Amino acid sequence: MAAYRIYLIVWGVLLVLTAVTVAVSFLNLGLWNATVALSIASLKAALVALYFMHLRHEIKLVLGFAIFPFLILGLIIIGTLIDALYR
Amino acid sequence: MSNEGIASTLSDRGYLTEKGFHSWAFTLDHKRIGIMYIVTTLAFFLLGGLLAMLLRLKLLIPGPAFFSDHTYNVLFTMHGAMMIFLFIIPAIPSSLGNFFIPLLIGCRDVAFPRLNLFSYWIFVAGILVTIGSLVSPMDTGWTFYTPYSAQTAAAVTTLCFGLFLVGMSSILTGLNFIVTIHTMRAPGMNWYRLPLFIWGMYATSVIQVLSTPVIGITFILLAAERLFGVGFFDPAKGGDPLLFQHFFWFYSHPVVYVMILPAMGIVSEVIPVFARKPIFGYKAIAFSALAIAFIGFLVWGHHMFVSGMSTVSGIIFSFLTFFVAVPTGIKIFNWIATLYRGSITFESPMLYALTFIFLFIIGGLTGLFLGSLATDVHVHDTYFLVAHFHYTMMGGTVMGLFAGLHYWFPKMTGRMLNEGWARSAWWLIVTGFNVTFFPMFILGVQGMPRRYAEYPAKYQPLNIVATVGSWFLAIGVLIMFANFIRSLRSGDIAPDNPWQGLTLEWSTSSPPPEENFHEIPTVSDWPYSYGKNTRSERAK
Amino acid sequence: MPSKHESHKGAPVSARLGIWAFLATELLLFGGLFTAYAEFRLAHPDLFHLEHLELNRLMGALNTVLLLTSSLTMAIGIAAIRQGRQRVLKVCLALTLALAGGFLFIKYLEWSEDFSHGLFPATNLFFGLYFMMTGLHGIHVLVGMAVMAWLLVRARQGAFSPEYSTPVEITGLYWHFVDLVWIYLFPLLYLVG
Repeated sequence: MAAYRIYLIVWGVLLVLTAVTVAVSFLNLGLWNATVALSIASLKAALVALYFMHLRHEIKLVLGFAIFPFLILGLIIIGTLIDALYR
Repeated sequence: MSNEGIASTLSDRGYLTEKGFHSWAFTLDHKRIGIMYIVTTLAFFLLGGLLAMLLRLKLLIPGPAFFSDHTYNVLFTMHGAMMIFLFIIPAIPSSLGNFFIPLLIGCRDVAFPRLNLFSYWIFVAGILVTIGSLVSPMDTGWTFYTPYSAQTAAAVTTLCFGLFLVGMSSILTGLNFIVTIHTMRAPGMNWYRLPLFIWGMYATSVIQVLSTPVIGITFILLAAERLFGVGFFDPAKGGDPLLFQHFFWFYSHPVVYVMILPAMGIVSEVIPVFARKPIFGYKAIAFSALAIAFIGFLVWGHHMFVSGMSTVSGIIFSFLTFFVAVPTGIKIFNWIATLYRGSITFESPMLYALTFIFLFIIGGLTGLFLGSLATDVHVHDTYFLVAHFHYTMMGGTVMGLFAGLHYWFPKMTGRMLNEGWARSAWWLIVTGFNVTFFPMFILGVQGMPRRYAEYPAKYQPLNIVATVGSWFLAIGVLIMFANFIRSLRSGDIAPDNPWQGLTLEWSTSSPPPEENFHEIPTVSDWPYSYGKNTRSERAK
Repeated sequence: MPSKHESHKGAPVSARLGIWAFLATELLLFGGLFTAYAEFRLAHPDLFHLEHLELNRLMGALNTVLLLTSSLTMAIGIAAIRQGRQRVLKVCLALTLALAGGFLFIKYLEWSEDFSHGLFPATNLFFGLYFMMTGLHGIHVLVGMAVMAWLLVRARQGAFSPEYSTPVEITGLYWHFVDLVWIYLFPLLYLVG
């Protein structure tokens, strides 16, 4: 069904990305391991949010509700880490 | 009033007509839910106040007196926790917010009425669990810092669970209000025709939704420390006690803006009505509420300057803290500008609104000494801090609450309060409040620490002054409550619009019908077009 | 981007705003744990490097696949009911439930194995984080399953249609969020040492 097609494609990409991230984790890339893993995770998250959660076709107000909390999350992580790192 | 008038209005009790436990316990009417919150939160105000009276009694004597130091520690813990979580955070939002948001925006109820009822009952459930923790009461202070709170034998885990539920109530109420304000405004009510109480409640609700979960995870993690031996906050296990404080204050600082923004919203409503003048700087006041909410998320570390936090963080947080004074100052200047050349009358709502401005200026300005890294080292956790937060929370929020209660009492109950009693109560409250708390600024600068049951004898004179002040304050509060109760039964019947206000709640009956308006109004006007020369405002 | 005036398909704006506001609270709830993870990882890199190897990467990957697939079935179910396809909705809800159950079962196997190796929340900071993060996440999976079971009951009563799919839609959004959290938990706990 046409309506389901996009979901199946996204799901396929998500599975591929999962395989990639697991494979990369077996390599020793030092600090890049974390960067690659989190980048892939963010890509997967974006796909889930945009397609499964319909954000791609949402009105701006809902998009705002979805995105703004990440700013606040960023605040607590950054604020805590600045303290922890400079003690 | 003629007898026929009284008889006909007495028979029309609007949303209050239906009686019985069932009609209240299972109501979906935001007005009834608001009333239930008012009764519950005010009960804890009185209980918390009683605890305060006991604390002040003990503080008459520098050495041992009346009860043990441990009991004193339990009492100030309970006083703080009760006042903050069970009274002041829900007081205006869940009670007056619930009652008046739909009325002010011209709709029949909030977006999610069943969620609203659920929010109230989860509040009650949380209260019961929290009270349950009193079988083994905490003496940690309301901030229950680790490591002590992780190790003490008291019923901390129970309290965590109870307050978690109370926090859920706060979150769900805020969520409900945000969606309501976005989606249920009356036709023609665009954002710049919203009453300023709504702008304040919107900003408040955003803070509630985004900050409260952080105290939620804090409760969960503290419970995990105690139950499972997880060591996030335990240095012996590689953990960090300051992590607890970061989590705790990431919520507890924004929450003081949850406390103050609704009160500021009420002041913005009352001042124009009783000065018969349009509010000065509507957009500035509206946006300053949003600014306060946002900046409030940036400054939590100013509670941690002397806790071992890094100096770099201290400098950053101190610098950011000064910014929150700007939108606050904007509001104060705009209120004063509204009063300028107004036609001012001093009914009880206006007395409390003016009191708010005066006392909050003191509270806010003293915050600068605390937010300033260097001076805070001297005054942190002294009575200077105690005075600061009582001036802002009681001189601010509670005066705003009293203003709102006096302003909206006729609308909610269909009765007028006795102005003579209200005025007497107000005199005692304002005088008593200042005699109680102003000396504490001096005591703090002189070095008296907070949370001490016993203190050096040199501090006794001012402590006696403060305690005597608390007696006047208490009597004033009791007279105010007596006025509420008495007027409920035998106050004059209230007209629809006793104060000639222009916001939508005054266009419906006192009390309103269950459906709020017989017909949903179409809004074409700004709600602050008071006075003669307002043609330019009417064009908005 | 479509206009603000939505078609009758899907949940009304107020429901979507409501669920997204709720998901914001969930983000901040888990956010505290992510903050703790960040601080402790930077403070104790060797501990994290050593301990994360105790976790079974393949079981974690399998769990990831299960959750991703459950998001797929949920999305298909919602697309189906928007077109009035009742049977597809019911099958999808059942599949989502089954996959979620599978996730929890594998989690149970993992935790049992950890306990049998003497690894508990109190053992060290890494396992404190591991059990707290997967535990809180697991509770959310369980609650999601309960809601989905209720949806399945209502679906079998024919409660949903193209005109009224709101409960399914908002549950779907919640469920995708639960998936999102795991998408980050998996690499942070299992893959990055």
